[in-house]
Amino acid sequence: MFDSKLLRLDPLDNVLVAIQTLEPGDCVRIDGREITVPSRLTLGHKLAARDISIGERILKYHMPIGSATRDIAVGEHVHLHNMKSDYIDTVAMLARHSLNGSHDNH
Amino acid sequence: MIITENAYLRADGRKGIRNHLLVAYLVECAHHVAREIVYPYRESGVELIGFGGCYPNAYAAKMMRQLCTHPNVGGVLLLSLGCESFKRTELSEAIAASGRPVETLVIQQSGGTRKTIEQGRGLVQQLLARMADVPRAPLEMREFIVGTICGGSDATSGITANPGVGRAFDRLVREGASGIFEETSELIGCEAIMAERAVTPELGAILGTAVAKAAAYHKVLGHGSFATGNAEGGLTTQEEKSMGAYAKSGGSRISGLLKPGDVPPVGGLYLLDVVPDGEVRFGFPNINDNAEIAELIACGSHVILFTTGRGSVVGSAISPVIKVCANPETYRRMSDDMDVDAGKILEGRGSLDSVGSEIFDLSLAVARGEKSKSEALMHQEFVLTYKSFEPIGPSCLPRV
Repeated sequence: MFDSKLLRLDPLDNVLVAIQTLEPGDCVRIDGREITVPSRLTLGHKLAARDISIGERILKYHMPIGSATRDIAVGEHVHLHNMKSDYIDTVAMLARHSLNGSHDNH
Repeated sequence: MIITENAYLRADGRKGIRNHLLVAYLVECAHHVAREIVYPYRESGVELIGFGGCYPNAYAAKMMRQLCTHPNVGGVLLLSLGCESFKRTELSEAIAASGRPVETLVIQQSGGTRKTIEQGRGLVQQLLARMADVPRAPLEMREFIVGTICGGSDATSGITANPGVGRAFDRLVREGASGIFEETSELIGCEAIMAERAVTPELGAILGTAVAKAAAYHKVLGHGSFATGNAEGGLTTQEEKSMGAYAKSGGSRISGLLKPGDVPPVGGLYLLDVVPDGEVRFGFPNINDNAEIAELIACGSHVILFTTGRGSVVGSAISPVIKVCANPETYRRMSDDMDVDAGKILEGRGSLDSVGSEIFDLSLAVARGEKSKSEALMHQEFVLTYKSFEPIGPSCLPRV
C-alpha cells in the first residue's frame, strides 16, 4: 500500500518517486507504515522505500541507477547527498558544469 | 495502412509531409543575408538552415546534402559568401540530381548584402512557383519515419512522457513504420538490455560498442549529458536519467544502428549513434537539442516526438516537432507550447496506454497536415556543427 503522493515504478525498487510536493513532517504510508518525511521533496524526487545500507544498489524501474554513499533510512530523500553514480561522478560533473556556466540540459 | 493520400512525391521516390523551400547559408558570413531573404516568406513555408563553419567537414557536407534532399523539402536556395571552403557546386548538383529546383547566390559576385537580398527574394518567388505542382501520392505507414528526443528532462520525463512515446513507438513499428531513438550518451548503463533487443548478435555487439564509445567520449571531456537542471528535477545519476530516456524506445526489437544522415532502409526500430568516431576532436557531441533534432531529420524523420519535463519550446526547420510534456505543472504553465499532456498520468487522468495512443494519433494527424504547436508558433531552430564519423558497417542495417 502506498500513498497517492508516491509512485512505485517496480515492486523491487528501493526508492519511490514523489508525485506531489512533500513538506518536512508530512506523513506518508509506505508498506502500511506511517513514515514522517524529514525534508522537503518536490515532484520527481526519490525517497527510500526501506532502510538502505551504504554501498547498496539503488533500484528504480528495477534497474540499478547508482549506489548509496551512506546508510539511508526509510522515508529519507535519496539524492546527490547520499547516493552516487556508478558510471560518471555526477557531483564532479555538476561542479564543472557550474564552473563553465554550461546548460547542456537534455 | 495509408496515412495520407496527399504526400509530396519526390523524384527519388521518397515522400514528404511538407513542401518547404530551404534557404541554406554555407558559412556564417552568409547567414544574415539568408535570414533577410527568408523573412518576408517565413509564413509561406520558406525556412532557414545552414552551416556556420568556414573550414571543410565531411559530416557537415553530408548533413547538408541529406537535409536539402529531405522528402519534406521541395526546393533550395544556397547562399555562399564566396571564399568559404564549403563545396557549393557539389551540393547544388546533388540537389538538382534529386529532382529539386535549386539556385545559388554568391554574395561576393552578386554585389554585396543589399543586392543579394533583392536577388534572393526574386529567386524565392521563382522557386516557390516551380515547387507548387509537386505530384501527390499516398504515404504508407512503411514509408513513415518518426524520430524521438528528450530535452529539459526532469524526473517526470522517465515516468510519463518517455514511456508514453515508447508505447507510440511500439505501435508505429508494429504497423510497419520506422522509429529512430538516439542519444547514446544517455543510454550509458542500458547496454546489456539493449544488446538483448537487437535482431542479430552482431548488431547487439555494435549497439554495446556505440554506448561504450559514448561513455569513453564523455570521460575524456569530463562531462556527461547530465546537467544542473536534471538534478533539481530529482534525477541523481547519469544512469537514472538513461533508464528514463531509454523508455522512449518502447519494447520492439532493434533493427539497426544509424549514423547521422543514414536513412532506414525498411521499417523498424533504429538507434541513431550521435557520438563522433575517433579521438575527441570538436568538443561536445551535441551542443544542444536542436543539433540532435537536425541529425534525426537528416536520417529522414518526417516528424519528431520531443519529450520534455521542465518545458522546452523549440521546434525545427524541415520537420514538425511534437511536444510531449511529462510534467503536469509544466503543461499548465506552458500549454501553448505543448501538444500532449502526458503528465496527466500522475494525476490519475490517463494511463500510459491512453497517452501512447494520443501520441500515435497526433503523429499521423501532423503527417496529414495538422500543425504542431511549435510549428504553428514558427519555431524553426536549426544547428549544425563540426563532427567526424566513420561510415556504418554492413551488420548495422537489416537486409532488405
